Amino acid sequence: MQVDYRPTIGRKSKRSSGYAVIATPISPPKNSREVAKPGPFCYFDQDGGAMRHEPEARITFKQSWGSYHLFRFEAPAITAKARPGQFLMIKVSDAPYPLLRRPISIHSREKKTLEIFFQIAGQGTQILARKGEGDMLDFLGPFGKGFDIGGRLKGTSAYLIGGGRGIAPLYQLGRELRVKGAQVKVLYGGKSKADLPLRKKFQEADLDVRCSTDDGSLGFRGFVTELLEAEIERRRPDLMFVCGPDPMMKKTAEIALALGIPAQISLESIMGCGFGACWGCVKRIRKGDNGAWQKICEDGPVFRAEDIIWEGME
Amino acid sequence: MVDLSVDLGFLKLRNPVLTASGTFGYGLEFASLIDLRKIGGIIIKGLYYGPREGNPPPRLVETTGGLINAIGLQGVGVEAFAADVLPRLRGIDTPILVNVCGGNDDEYLKAVEFLERQEGIAAYELNISCPNVERNGFCPALFTDSTYSLVKSVKAASRRPVIVKLSPNVTSIVDIAKAAESGGADGISLINTLLAMAVDVETRRPKLANLFGGLSGPAIKPIALRMVYQVAAAVKIPVIGLGGIMTGADALEFLIVGAKAVQVGTANFVDPAAPIRIAAEMRNFCKARGIPKVSDLIGTLEI
Repeated sequence: MQVDYRPTIGRKSKRSSGYAVIATPISPPKNSREVAKPGPFCYFDQDGGAMRHEPEARITFKQSWGSYHLFRFEAPAITAKARPGQFLMIKVSDAPYPLLRRPISIHSREKKTLEIFFQIAGQGTQILARKGEGDMLDFLGPFGKGFDIGGRLKGTSAYLIGGGRGIAPLYQLGRELRVKGAQVKVLYGGKSKADLPLRKKFQEADLDVRCSTDDGSLGFRGFVTELLEAEIERRRPDLMFVCGPDPMMKKTAEIALALGIPAQISLESIMGCGFGACWGCVKRIRKGDNGAWQKICEDGPVFRAEDIIWEGME
Repeated sequence: MVDLSVDLGFLKLRNPVLTASGTFGYGLEFASLIDLRKIGGIIIKGLYYGPREGNPPPRLVETTGGLINAIGLQGVGVEAFAADVLPRLRGIDTPILVNVCGGNDDEYLKAVEFLERQEGIAAYELNISCPNVERNGFCPALFTDSTYSLVKSVKAASRRPVIVKLSPNVTSIVDIAKAAESGGADGISLINTLLAMAVDVETRRPKLANLFGGLSGPAIKPIALRMVYQVAAAVKIPVIGLGGIMTGADALEFLIVGAKAVQVGTANFVDPAAPIRIAAEMRNFCKARGIPKVSDLIGTLEI
């Protein structure tokens, strides 16, 4: 028997939620619909702000490119709060495995809808990828500190460097930086052309995007960090924002630190909860000290390049 | 209206659901997600006297129906807790229980002596059973003599009730429970996690940097239930059951085998409102069957 662990708030499911496991009830239930009733609890924001849970988020659009997938869904209660670089914790299955939610970064935000863009990286994301238009998405969020984009950025030049699925948060970031007046250049790298499915989307949003592939099947031949070095030769940016595989982020951090360019880097980690309770997602980060285990979910996922200690990271 | 309250003797709870230590942070992490006033009680993540670094990552691995963790009790220590967290918890009108850790008996005492001077704590839960701190999962809860002597010295230093959290990684859980009771424990909570491991077959490396970790989640519930049943039958002090509780029905199983209250742990990660939802599901169960008080179900197993 599958037990449904999802929060029952506002859910209209008639599915039994586990009472059947009691073989000999003391007396038969008077009301067989007892289980479907929402409990007296809510996900609320103490500041009186937006909800952090969307009980009825329906996928309205899905697009897939091999192992990469994009979902668009209605999330009116939280869209206003979602900032670039923040993430959602998504329940991919009602079965006891995988038990935990999966952290997926917010890709794009409109008035009432959000988009996520992710790559199948394990069993959790594989199950998530099976969802399609019309399916419901159970998530909590937004969580984490997003990119710090401060105030007016008129005249500043920002390089956004994304590797593979790490491109996900840079789309919304690029659009918001541009609204603030920054000149945005996106450097989008992958192993080959198939790893760069979002290049047209960036172009359609009028974001200046340069691609690199390790095999030369599209754009610059080589690592995105090499493309970055070539672009810096031409024009040195004032700010850098980075998300991708660890070796690529480490190299980018080294480049930024060597040139004294402020860089913000979004780290990825296995997470138990996503909101600071389990302390399972830690990495070594400096915080006025020599580096302690800090929570990626709550203290990050975005950190300053100079604060990240890469040694020992896999 | 169903009465959900339970009486542990030393502490009355509005409902039988507490949050398990280590799965609810310092409570404040949940303040923006749920209404903390609706929880039976909050058990704070294990605190040593001083701050503690914890284990290197990876610290978590999911297994079938469960989760193995090797956090290693990373934490801020009692002083920072009392300064930064406790004042913010005092306003919420939910009992706060502090889970206390130590590397040796003196460290436990030092932490308790400091906490004794703080207000806003309803009871201590003595964590003598974390498997992730010493190699091979060593902890005081593995032996009757170390359990007895530690509980006895902590009780002597404390004006507050002391609940002792037991490890399932023992040959006879009943013997350890009786040792805690003889040492003066006011209550017993069980089970802590089961010592476990997982291996990556590609690299042939352990999936946890710490090699071993503690298994929690639905996978361990039947074992926890059996142990709670055995212990509740053997001791006179109240027993608090935990291990893999995800639903109201799960929680009721523990009450039926003799637990006076339950703790919800891993479920909090998946559903931050789990403690409130589970209490509501227990209420609905009782209401539908005309049971006026949930406490009527405690220890009613029919064999």
